[in-house]
Amino acid sequence: MRSIVKYISEVLSGVWSLLKGMKVTGSYFFRPSAIVTQKYPENRKDLVMFERFKGEVIMPHNENNEHRCTGCGICEINCPNGTIEVITKTIITPEGKKKRAIDKHIYRLSMCSFCALCVKTCPSNALAFSQEFEHAVFDRSKLIKISNKPGSQLMKGVE
Amino acid sequence: MEEHLKNSVTDGQEEYVLNIGPQHPSTHGVLRLVASLRGEIVTNIEPHIGYIHRGIEKMCESLTYPQIIHLTDRMDYLSAHINNEAVCLNVEKALEIDIPDRIKVIRTIMAELTRIQSHQLFWATFGMDLGGLTCFFYGLRDREKVLDIFEETCGGRMIVSYNCPGGLMHDIHPGFQKRVKEFIEYFRKTLPEYDQLLTGNVIFRERTMGIGKLTLGEAIAHGITGPTARASGFSCDVRKKEPYSAYDRIKFNEVLFTEGDTYHRYLVRMDEMRQSMDIIEQLIDNIPEGPYAVKMKPIIRLPEGEYYQRVETARGELGVYIISDGNKNPYRVKFRSPNFVNLSVLNMLSKGFKIADLIAISGSLDLIIPDIDR
Repeated sequence: MRSIVKYISEVLSGVWSLLKGMKVTGSYFFRPSAIVTQKYPENRKDLVMFERFKGEVIMPHNENNEHRCTGCGICEINCPNGTIEVITKTIITPEGKKKRAIDKHIYRLSMCSFCALCVKTCPSNALAFSQEFEHAVFDRSKLIKISNKPGSQLMKGVE
Repeated sequence: MEEHLKNSVTDGQEEYVLNIGPQHPSTHGVLRLVASLRGEIVTNIEPHIGYIHRGIEKMCESLTYPQIIHLTDRMDYLSAHINNEAVCLNVEKALEIDIPDRIKVIRTIMAELTRIQSHQLFWATFGMDLGGLTCFFYGLRDREKVLDIFEETCGGRMIVSYNCPGGLMHDIHPGFQKRVKEFIEYFRKTLPEYDQLLTGNVIFRERTMGIGKLTLGEAIAHGITGPTARASGFSCDVRKKEPYSAYDRIKFNEVLFTEGDTYHRYLVRMDEMRQSMDIIEQLIDNIPEGPYAVKMKPIIRLPEGEYYQRVETARGELGVYIISDGNKNPYRVKFRSPNFVNLSVLNMLSKGFKIADLIAISGSLDLIIPDIDR
């Protein structure tokens, strides 16, 4: 007799525990405000990433097409994966002096592990992270990017 | 060979070898388990590892100390902050640098947030392993809030690399404290839902209670650490035993159970989430003022010698052992990863249980495969 009572009470408490779980899931049917799902490809336009988000390394240029990179190569030394390659050239300033300037600042996105050491160690704050996160391309060669824009120059006052 | 075949035939049942993984959702990564079965009963489990071996320890030998940090993110990716911290603490210990309180407190808050999100994902996937798909959605929904906190302050969601030798990469975001408080308020309300959904569920309890018992002696003998060991009553919390960062100024109790079965390994993690929230609440309102990083030399060279630092990750004790010969690169780096050691009891625990229980047991060990292989 006792075992039958125990059996029935176990069945009832088991069913009760299942109902308690269903109550939680069921309650979300009547609380649409608790749903947090975002419709990603549709909400692209108003999707705002955090300002510190590490998308990809870029070299910010101002409106006169000037950047802050002096071509010192510290980012290249600090990169653990060989992502960055700085190719420099020698230019002659209007005063007639020879000076080092960047020819190409090559950034290989496919090798980057987003450790942020290049951005942190840059002595002239020439590098930054963009908020771009859609990196998929059809051709691997498109992942090799040149950070400095064509015809850009060093910003005045940056040494 | 013939003798073996003869025996198995006379036994009435032949041994059946089943290959689980390396691409199987319930092994949580590329772990291959070769299971010998007698009917549905597991007789032997042979884990095959190495499918995601990247040679991180060897790679460290050619990198400088700040560069090593980002590799440790990729070992136990759910405890990325704590792995970073372990290397940083070791380098700082070797250089004998005093770290300001602000850095210690922020590191501790971040470590506890990491622990919460790791256990949330454990809850989500453990529920899914046992057939409750709802858990997966609820767990990931709440984990998203922690990842948002990380993304706002560190710039990364899982691969954060926020610590660096001598401090932090940047100061905390101005909205950090508000966001953490909001999360704790929110999570205190949703954590009871977890209990209602899974902890009290009769099917879940039947499938986990008394399954895969690990005794205290076995846990110590195998070197098991973390929640898995604390469920068996082995008091091994490094935060208590050897306080690092800001753990010496916090009041908290180690979560301990003595039963050591799958259900109690699960309960330890549930209680640790509550405990981590208590720790964060003690610290979040009194983050001291000060610099967020100590000025370091551009090239860090450790003095010649051997250094060891251990920390408590979400899965157990992580040890970082560095041998330096005085150069800017370490001579040798060894990581004592908790998951590799915890995997060693899987065979012992699952012997004699059914194949479905094997999934429950391996889920309750909460294995992260990249940390096993490194």
